Amino acid sequence: MTTHIPLAIDASGLGKSFGETRAVAGVDLAVPEGAIYGVLGPNGAGKTTTIRMLATLIPPDAGSARVMGHDIVSEADTVRELVSLTGQLASVDEELTGRENLVLLGRLLGYSRAGARDRADELLDAFDIADAAGRLVKHYSGGMRRRLDIAASIVVTPRLMFLDEPTTGLDPRSRNQVWEIARALVAEGTTILLCTQYLEEADQLADGIAVIDRGRVIAEGTPRDLKASIGTGALHVRLLDPGRRAEAAQMLERTVGPVVLEQDPAALSATGADADRAAFAVAELSRAGVPLAHFSLQQPSLDEVFLALTGHAAQATSAPSDTLQENLS
Amino acid sequence: MTATTRAPDSADTAAVRRAISSTPRPPRPGPLSAALTFGWRGMLKVKHVPEQLLDVTVTPVMFLLMFTYLFGGAIAGSTSAYLDYTLPGLLVMSVLFTTVYSGVSLNTDLTKGVVDRFRSLPIWRPAPLLGSLLGDSVRYVIAGTVIIVVGVALGFRPDGGFVGAVAALALVVAFSFGLSWVFSVLGMLMRSPNAVMNAGFMAIFPLTFLSNVFVDPATLPGPLEAFVDVNPISILATASRSLMAGAPDGMAIGVSLAVATALAAVFLPLTTRLYRSR
Repeated sequence: MTTHIPLAIDASGLGKSFGETRAVAGVDLAVPEGAIYGVLGPNGAGKTTTIRMLATLIPPDAGSARVMGHDIVSEADTVRELVSLTGQLASVDEELTGRENLVLLGRLLGYSRAGARDRADELLDAFDIADAAGRLVKHYSGGMRRRLDIAASIVVTPRLMFLDEPTTGLDPRSRNQVWEIARALVAEGTTILLCTQYLEEADQLADGIAVIDRGRVIAEGTPRDLKASIGTGALHVRLLDPGRRAEAAQMLERTVGPVVLEQDPAALSATGADADRAAFAVAELSRAGVPLAHFSLQQPSLDEVFLALTGHAAQATSAPSDTLQENLS
Repeated sequence: MTATTRAPDSADTAAVRRAISSTPRPPRPGPLSAALTFGWRGMLKVKHVPEQLLDVTVTPVMFLLMFTYLFGGAIAGSTSAYLDYTLPGLLVMSVLFTTVYSGVSLNTDLTKGVVDRFRSLPIWRPAPLLGSLLGDSVRYVIAGTVIIVVGVALGFRPDGGFVGAVAALALVVAFSFGLSWVFSVLGMLMRSPNAVMNAGFMAIFPLTFLSNVFVDPATLPGPLEAFVDVNPISILATASRSLMAGAPDGMAIGVSLAVATALAAVFLPLTTRLYRSR
């Protein structure tokens, strides 16, 4: 298969069974270089197994894949020079200090003693762990540990980085730090394969997304494509005068689609709204003299995308689309 | 993308970018250098978690004190005579107990995901295993030295002198290199470090007691004596005793080394295979 855009990952029909279980049942992936590509799916969907194969940790039993143009089986050693793993995929040593972890990896990657120490110090400073450099990693906070984890993965900057659930269990500040680091890596030319169950995270970071369920890619595209593919969003309206809600509901039902009355006695929303129809409906309301306090057009959230694609909800998500709405409004 | 709010580039991010962009890739390390680096890692662990070393040395020291003073007179007529008999065997026990920890620490690395980081590096594949063995050998030497020093403090004066004691220690450590691969396989197969520890001691504990470490097998009932005589731990203890006594038993030494080689020949390839395919 020849393409004009160089591919960081080019997998076709990748499969792996463990005993009777078909963990990965033929995954096709085409990840362009220089982007963040999200792999989205619930626990047990086959994400981790797919990445372990791509990172040469386990051999596939079906299909093939090339990473940066190198075959993951016959050129596994070359692939290892180009990739690095983080998160639950590959951890740091809890019984060593932060600095020792980085020096260890520096030495293993070919740095001299002094070179490894200098590189470790540079990374410790950059990732804001210098103060804890001499402490054992098992005493680190979650955010610090995650930063060390990422620092350990870029002792030599990889061409392709597997970022596995990088923000699970982190507070919002640490989460933003990790996201910033991911963006900085991409800006410097690294491709990132982001594995996550958090739809919001994929929406924030990824340029492209593959949704995996039961060992297969069931949908692929930009976050926007995916949302568009399950149809339209909802027009959300809040009236100044709750007494006119019934009248407004009738008009929206006619111009947009099915109306949901919300708990707030002044609010209602109509599903099936695209931008044109929403604009028309809002204009109709104001022409009829129904004063509005607020209106917004919401895209469907990735949670809804996931539900529509798989027929079951993604796990570990908060109240659907809360956070996403904040970002969109 | 959706309209996300991005924090302006903080000083942090600038430093991160510099750290990312300033890496010319050094040449790959050689196999030996990689293995030695893993050996260094093993020693750092001894430094940070000395308790683990304490665990394995306290038990043999306890046995040494208990058996010498409690049973020594009854078994060998006097405590000093019994000390001469049992100390070379307790050296074996002390060091062999330590080998269980090779499997425990390998399993810990596996369950914590550290192994996956190592396996994703472009290094000589057996380096982590051989390197940790190097680190472990430091533990073996410490565990063995502790028991000899305590023995000498209690009045143990071997005829073979210092050289005999060092030779005995070297032989036991060499045997442990072979045996540790058995526990490494256990470490690859079991689910948790504790399970490895339990299974390991369940095997090594009775094997050590059903040997000539504590008692002269001639006093045992026939079938048991037959078993004790062929138990490799008995043979190793006999070899250790002969070296300390300054009259090396070539046969026992040879058999001990052969058993160690056989164990390594079977279990080392098994370990590396499991390590690769896991």
